[in-house]
Amino acid sequence: MPLHRFFAPRTLVLALCAAAAVALPAYADQLQDASRLMKQGQQAQALEQVDKYLTTKPKDAQGRFLKGVILTEMNKLSEATAVFQKLTEDYPELPEPYNNLAVIYAQQKQYEKAKQALEMAIRTHPSYATAHENLGDIYARLATQAYDKALQLDSSNASAQIKLATIKELMSVNGRTVATAQRPTKPAVPTAPTEIAAVEPAKTPEAKPAETKPETKPAEAKPETKPAPVTPTPPAKTSIAPAGDATAEATKAIDAWLAAWSRKDVKGYLAHYARDFQTPGGEPRAAWEAERARRINKPGAIQVGYEKLRITVDGDTATARFRQHYKSGALKTGSNKVVVLVRRDGRWLIQQERIGS
Amino acid sequence: MAIRSRLRSSAFAVLLAVAVPVSAGAANEVRYSDSGPEPQLARIFSLIEGNRLDAALGETEALLKVYPNFRLANLIKGDLLLARTRPLTSFGQGGGAAARDKVNDLRDEALARLHAYQTKPPANYVPRYLLQLGAGEKYAVVVDTQKSRLYLYQNDNGTPRFVADYYVTHGKLGTEKVREGDQRTPIGVYRVTASLPRQKLADLYGSGAFPLNYPNEWDKRMGRNGHGIWLHGTPSNTFSRPPKASDGCVVLANQDLDAVAKTLQVGMTPVIISNSIEWLSLDDWQAERKALLGMIDEWRRDWESRDIERYASHYSQKFQADGQGYRAWLAQKQKVNAGKSWIKVTTNNISMFRNPGKEDYVVVTFEQDYQSNNLSNTMMKRQYWTKEDGRWKIVYEGGA
Repeated sequence: MPLHRFFAPRTLVLALCAAAAVALPAYADQLQDASRLMKQGQQAQALEQVDKYLTTKPKDAQGRFLKGVILTEMNKLSEATAVFQKLTEDYPELPEPYNNLAVIYAQQKQYEKAKQALEMAIRTHPSYATAHENLGDIYARLATQAYDKALQLDSSNASAQIKLATIKELMSVNGRTVATAQRPTKPAVPTAPTEIAAVEPAKTPEAKPAETKPETKPAEAKPETKPAPVTPTPPAKTSIAPAGDATAEATKAIDAWLAAWSRKDVKGYLAHYARDFQTPGGEPRAAWEAERARRINKPGAIQVGYEKLRITVDGDTATARFRQHYKSGALKTGSNKVVVLVRRDGRWLIQQERIGS
Repeated sequence: MAIRSRLRSSAFAVLLAVAVPVSAGAANEVRYSDSGPEPQLARIFSLIEGNRLDAALGETEALLKVYPNFRLANLIKGDLLLARTRPLTSFGQGGGAAARDKVNDLRDEALARLHAYQTKPPANYVPRYLLQLGAGEKYAVVVDTQKSRLYLYQNDNGTPRFVADYYVTHGKLGTEKVREGDQRTPIGVYRVTASLPRQKLADLYGSGAFPLNYPNEWDKRMGRNGHGIWLHGTPSNTFSRPPKASDGCVVLANQDLDAVAKTLQVGMTPVIISNSIEWLSLDDWQAERKALLGMIDEWRRDWESRDIERYASHYSQKFQADGQGYRAWLAQKQKVNAGKSWIKVTTNNISMFRNPGKEDYVVVTFEQDYQSNNLSNTMMKRQYWTKEDGRWKIVYEGGA
């Protein structure tokens, strides 16, 4: 169980780059530094770091993406636009640059362009939750504009500029993809986020963090994904774990968690997360909770269900893998989820939640 | 209502349930012009009905490219976008409660447009009112206020031939105008009396205006007043207005007004405004027309006969013209008749229009060539014929 720690989102960037950069760990450090500086709000220094990194690896997707994010944070929108634009040209399969382009367009009130960019993001990754949510916001704003025209209203004052969620890290790629991009000779592992995680944890985490499967998407933002034919799938009988009781308990926990989510019981929903839950992108717990509450409290019913639940129990840790169906309003998504639960005082709580298989 | 059940979950059920019923009479619609937004609008609603919301949004956006100020299309666009983020239960829901009235107006417009599109009159039917177009009257306009539709006809040797139809707006408070300021549109047979170019008009009137002769002789006789009933265009901030929005005028989209304007002849073109057009098959129309022409000819011959009783039998006891009632008129005619040894009357270029209102009368206009032993003249004459006890009688006549 402690293994998971090593693949927390915070270290992901490192993990991703390492594959390509084993020989030159210094570069990876630069990128990691830049990312850290950015998160600490030291954008100028962060930019300096990332620029340094890019002088040696000008084509690197991670570095360029980080630079775009930093520029966005610095409100250098036209430069940021150029960075993300170029990334979408060089890596059309990555959803994140499209998403962040959309964020900038929306900030500039170019909602049609934002919509197109987000639709591209979703075309590349149909289950990309952040893009879906951003797109929902854009649709709502475009709808407001249309209503204003239809009804001669002026809502421009009433509803302030919309703020979409910027994606801070490239998560839809695994290390190999990035490596591929840099060394085209390698067999491409195009994007497919499903490919990733699953794998058994490396024995000695310290050893080669790079090699281990990058857990692709540390549950990026919110798993608002798929429609719910919602038949609470019968508890995973398939579980290989000897701990029959533990499996049943963990299944119950998953059921209760999704039920709270579906009935929009934010408190109940959040109560299923462990205190040391690894928030996506390493954001502060409070910010993550606020965002979750905001998403769940949006008008309209939510239905979340699952199928093909498989649970593996290892002591006080249980890993649940399932296909999640999420439906809210017109948004229906399905995604493969991995949820790591830990037993605390007899309760199974979520410590990690990510998209993967 | 199979359609309805399929729609139950649709955000637009409320609208469509009303809009979809298709008339039986849509047989030969190929002949009709599909130049306005209706065909696309109908497609959009059928896509929505089929729950193909993405395709519907695409069509709506295409429609807005052509008509950027088309408020109805903007509303549909809003709904289609909002439907992607949450379920909608009613048309224009996202417009908010404050805009309820405006949404209802647009809903009415949608219904009117779709209904008119789906219930086009069959090709071999004509409005009953166009009994006979005069040789000089190249076109005629017939308005159906209930359908919010204006139909343009061309004179094909006296037979009305359909040219195009357009969505129109009429009075806020409906039709049957009686008083100044009652915000109603008059029902009756009118003519275009002038053409006012855009440059001389406020923006409200759009690309042009054509005043009508309301109140006409009949209206005055019935004590109706008011003035300034025009055909006109639409202000620049919108493509069209709700079905009932004017102070009594008949309002067209600017592009439609421009198209109609090309056909309007000042002082000539009849504009017949009805609550709901009565359509006649060409055969029935022909029979009615012949009967009326025969009646006019009978009047002409009885006048020539100098038999005052036969002549007077064509006039109603309620006859009134130039402040003269039936008795005064008869007395005068008797006096005139006494001095005649012969009379010859010819009628040329007859036009006949039936009043579309509850008041059943026909407006007849013709060139009258009158010759007699002591007086000859040629004039344009107008008569109002009404039916009394199954017989057509003249209730008004005068110069036209």
